Amino acid sequence: MISGNLNTIGYGLSAIGPGIGVGIVFAAFINGVARQPEARGQLQGIAFIGFALSEALAILGLVMAFVLT
Amino acid sequence: MTMTATAPAPGFEAPGVEDFNLPPVFGTVTKPVLELVLALIIVVVLFAVATRRMQLVPSKGQFLGESFHGIVRNSIARDMIGPEFLKFVPFLTGLFAFVLVNNLFGIIPIIQFPTFSHPSVPYALAGLVWITYTVVGVRKHGFGGYMRISTWPPDVPWWVRIILTPIEFLSNIILRPVTLSLRLFGNMFAGHLLLLVFILGGEYMLFVADDVALKVFSPFAFVMGLVFTGFEAFVQVIQAYIFVMLTASYIGTVLADDH
Repeated sequence: MISGNLNTIGYGLSAIGPGIGVGIVFAAFINGVARQPEARGQLQGIAFIGFALSEALAILGLVMAFVLT
Repeated sequence: MTMTATAPAPGFEAPGVEDFNLPPVFGTVTKPVLELVLALIIVVVLFAVATRRMQLVPSKGQFLGESFHGIVRNSIARDMIGPEFLKFVPFLTGLFAFVLVNNLFGIIPIIQFPTFSHPSVPYALAGLVWITYTVVGVRKHGFGGYMRISTWPPDVPWWVRIILTPIEFLSNIILRPVTLSLRLFGNMFAGHLLLLVFILGGEYMLFVADDVALKVFSPFAFVMGLVFTGFEAFVQVIQAYIFVMLTASYIGTVLADDH
């Protein structure tokens, strides 16, 4: 028998979306650098901001998993 | 999650939020407070040593300090802020160094507790960032101009504005510092929890559980703990970088002239 909190499963599900989002952000970044290597510096900043924005959702989900009991 | 199986040994208590509420060291001073002071001392001393005898041909210490400053200046401030970036570089460099040292406390032996895994600490830091970019924006454009830049995107039909302006207000003025601090907090908290699960789980398997199979497999838990310590080092550096990068981008957006 396993007892636990359903929040954990909920967080696992909620992490799917941001996971896909982060993947898309970095895929686009890699594509961009492959096509135009000299634009790497500019793209890097944009990529990390996009990464941070999509990751924010996962982080909010993590907080919610602990806050809502 | 508690495993209440047939094993006579006490069930494994998974680490949780309560593991982060450390007892005070003395008085009301807790470990994160001491770490903040320690980080401040480390950052101040390192930069003081690095800039003590400035030469045209830099010594090793000066070179390291200059490289660090150069990363913030060239790859964060200049790209994100625009022509007026130079006066924000000291603030951003200090912020980067402070957040980085505090994050790395999470994997430095003996200390091993990331300061920002307590939400109140990043709240304070994000509050500082919020005050900074608000003051910068109001100084540059006046209060009305700052509000216009934050909530009034140009070339939008009026019926979209009814929805868009409240969202922009909420997102740019209220939620920015919240997500900025929660991102740092969440990453440090989750990372530390991950390490706790592997190390405490391994310890439980090795010493507490009666099952021989668990004892045999316990080294894997410790190895995974080591692997994730390396991963945490990476995450901690990235998060410090992102914190400063977002700060610079917020300053950049409030400084920007009309789009």
